[in-house]
This record gives sequence, structure tokens and C-alpha cells, in this order.
Amino acid sequence: MSTGQVRVVVTGLGATTPLGGDVASTWSALLAGQSGVRDITEDWVDSVPVKFAAFAAVDPTEVLPRPEARRLDRAEQFALVAAREAWAHAAIDKVDPERLGVVVGSGIGGITTILAAYDTFKEKGWQRLSPFTVPMLMPNGAAGWIGIEVGARAGVHATVSACATGAESIGYAIEMIRSGRADVVVAGGTEAAIHPLNIGSFAAMRAMSTRNDEPQRASRPWDKGRDGFVLGEGSGILVLESEEHARTRGATIYAVAAGVGYSADAHHIAQPEPTGAGVMLAMRRALENSGLTGGDIKHVNAHSTSTPAGDVVETVAIKKVIGDHPLVSGTKSMTGHLLGGAGGIESVFTVLALHERIAPGTINVDDLDDGVEVDIVRAEPRALPAGQIAAINNSFGFGGHDVAVAFTSI
Amino acid sequence: MALTEQEILAGIGKIVNEITGIPASEVTPEKSFVDDLDIDSLSMVEIAVAAQDEFGVEIPDDQLKHLKNVKDVINFIQN
Repeated sequence: MSTGQVRVVVTGLGATTPLGGDVASTWSALLAGQSGVRDITEDWVDSVPVKFAAFAAVDPTEVLPRPEARRLDRAEQFALVAAREAWAHAAIDKVDPERLGVVVGSGIGGITTILAAYDTFKEKGWQRLSPFTVPMLMPNGAAGWIGIEVGARAGVHATVSACATGAESIGYAIEMIRSGRADVVVAGGTEAAIHPLNIGSFAAMRAMSTRNDEPQRASRPWDKGRDGFVLGEGSGILVLESEEHARTRGATIYAVAAGVGYSADAHHIAQPEPTGAGVMLAMRRALENSGLTGGDIKHVNAHSTSTPAGDVVETVAIKKVIGDHPLVSGTKSMTGHLLGGAGGIESVFTVLALHERIAPGTINVDDLDDGVEVDIVRAEPRALPAGQIAAINNSFGFGGHDVAVAFTSI
Repeated sequence: MALTEQEILAGIGKIVNEITGIPASEVTPEKSFVDDLDIDSLSMVEIAVAAQDEFGVEIPDDQLKHLKNVKDVINFIQN
């Protein structure tokens, strides 16, 4: 498992999700097979055909001081909460600011800010717009705020690739460290898009589940009865560090961020390519980039959004590139789909799976779909083997983005 | 009925606290928004808009830049 490159390790984890306001509560709820989905009780629910979503378990405005929260978009609020947890977890006393970077993106950016600001503009005029409207709506806002907070001067970046954003950010961060631009990078994804316009727009694509009578059973990757994804919100952030930097300061290392593979479908703006060619290419490249073989991969946190089109073809791709031996988990069955935040929280889960040697379950798989020939971890979590093992987190996005991030155990 | 200086000061203190988190008790007439209270220009715009709503006075942009101390705002509102 050597590529002759600088080794990048994970030294900090942070998350705020529909399952919990931090990593520990999210992870225990995930292992317990809980659903983060609830009914929409907001007054706009009558305007949309989907009556449920996976709202953040802890509202960020309850955690952040009010003067701070009011100048942040909700996606920025989530990212700051998760980044602070990850940064505290990494316990870095001192790092050269010119060797510290941030890569945090969002699929949609400050969409709720844009819509609320436009209402203010129409009703009250430009003079009543918050002077923070622009930094709140820009999709690089979360990265900017985190960069200011930690004092990152090596570069602050925001990748944007729809639902692959979080994973792409982590991949970019690995490359920043490997290329010598930084020693430490705070990386991940965030999203806050639960708004009737977004739900209406995704529903117009027929992409969302409308299982309104059973909201917590709606997100069901690989189940024959799946009818679309469930919209979630939140953020997941990693602190990545060169192994040398981490070892020098005696940091606790949770996993090795072994490598990343990117590809693109070049097929359709919003539908998966039916043979899985792009997905296979991304996973193959992740293996090459990490110096791993399919046999090393014991666990896959699959993208598996619970849409009819994408779930099965991903497993076909996993079987072809990696084999049918890894334990494959679909954690969106519990968290819902955090869009740009998904790759962030699912990388957190993948790291924890390696560190604690346990693959989370996939709830609501009552009737496994035809053509799924990999080992899906259903209801109960399952143990991962001892020894040196590896795992992959897959994330794909509208636009045809395919990203596979590989991690290995310590 | 015109507000007293104390009433205006209390109103400004409340606004500054709401927007910046600075305790209202630190908002005293001689304090400079920038130098003493460390309030940036974007927050000053927010404070000015909130003050306009609270006290029903228009603060034009060309006047805002002259309002350096809390006392300047109190005087502007009183006059």
C-alpha cells in the first residue's frame, strides 16, 4: 500500500447531521439504525408534494451566538459548527498559517439566503438588504469563514460538484497536502437546502420520494420499493494532515486518507450512466491513486441515494472493480441526502468504520432489488476484519461527477 | 415627544448588542464604533438600518460616515 507519495492522515472529525449535532451522537444513532427524517411542519408544506425531510437534529442557531448566526447562511452555520468540532478534535496547538488550508464546498450554496433576500428586496427595497447578503449567498462563504476562523493562508477553496462536492473537497485537500502546498487542510461539505423551491424543483425532476405516509421508511437504497431520495441538511468536515506533521506533534490518527479517484460520465446532466462506466473509472483511479487493490477494500460507503436509477448500477460497478466481498453500507437510508454535505459526513462515517472496525447498516431494505450482487449491510451493523484494511466512500453528482475517496486503517 | 439621550443610548445599546454581541453596557457615548467597539463597516450599515427603524430617522450614506462615536448617533437622532 505505498505510492511513494506524502501520506495524508485524518486527525479530526466534525459533523452536524439529521442524526445528531456532533460526531458522537450522529455515529451512535447511525449504528442504532435510527432515521433522521421527520414530517415537514412548516406552513409551506402544502405547496409541495413531499411532506418530509431530514432536518438537522440540532439547529445551528441554538449552538452559535446570535450575532454570529445572523450574518451566516444556514449552510455556513452548519459548516462552522462541524469545522469547530473537527478542529477541536484535531487539537492542533500550532500550525504555520501559510501551511494551513481549507477546502469546503456546497452543492447549492446560500440558496435560502438568496430567496429570503429577494423577498426583502421586492417588499422593502435594497436599503433593507443585509450587508452580509453577498457573503451569505456565495457558495465559497463557508470555506471563507472557516479559513478566517483557523487562520488558513495556504489557500481556501470551495469545490462545487452537486452531490459529489464533499468528497471532491476531501480529494482536493489530499492533493493539496501531497503536492506540498499545505501540511494541514480542513475539508468537507455542507448543505442547507430544505426550502419549498428546492423540494418543488427536485420533485419536478421526479427525483424525490413521496412516501408521505411513512417518512422514516422513505429512504431505502436498493429496496425494490424505493421511489426517490430524501432531502437532508448538515455538514461533515475532516482535518487532513501530512503524516509527518501529525506524527511530529503526536496527534491521534484515525485513518489514512489514502487517495482519490475522479471521473465524469459525459452522459446526461442528471441521470446516471447506465453501465456504471464513470463510477468504475473513479473507483479504479482511487485504487491506483492509493496503491490499493480491490482485495484490500473491505467496506464501501456507497452513494446509494434511494433513487430508482442509480443504486443498482453502483453495486454492479463495485462488484466489477472491487469484488463482491466488501461490506457495502447505504447510510443515506438514515441521514437522508445532504447533497453537497453528503461526501463530508459519509467520509466521517468511512473513517469511523475503519477506526472502530464496524460497517453501519442500511435501514429499510425489505426487498433487495434484482441485480444487487454485493454484500449489503442490512438492518444491523457488521464487524470489519482486524489487520490492515481499506474502505472507499463513493459520491456522485448531477453534472456527471464521480468521486471515490479511499481510506485505510492505521 | 422627543426621546431623552438616555433613551436613545439604551436603544442604540440594544441594537449594537443584537448585531455584534457587544454588551449594551459597553455602548457609552464617548465610544468610537470602529476604534473602541471594533465594529466593521458592514455591521455599521446594519446598525444604521436598525437605528432608522427604531428611531424613525433616515441616516443617508454621506452622513453615516461622519457618525464615528455613539454620541454622534445620539446627536443625529436628537436633531
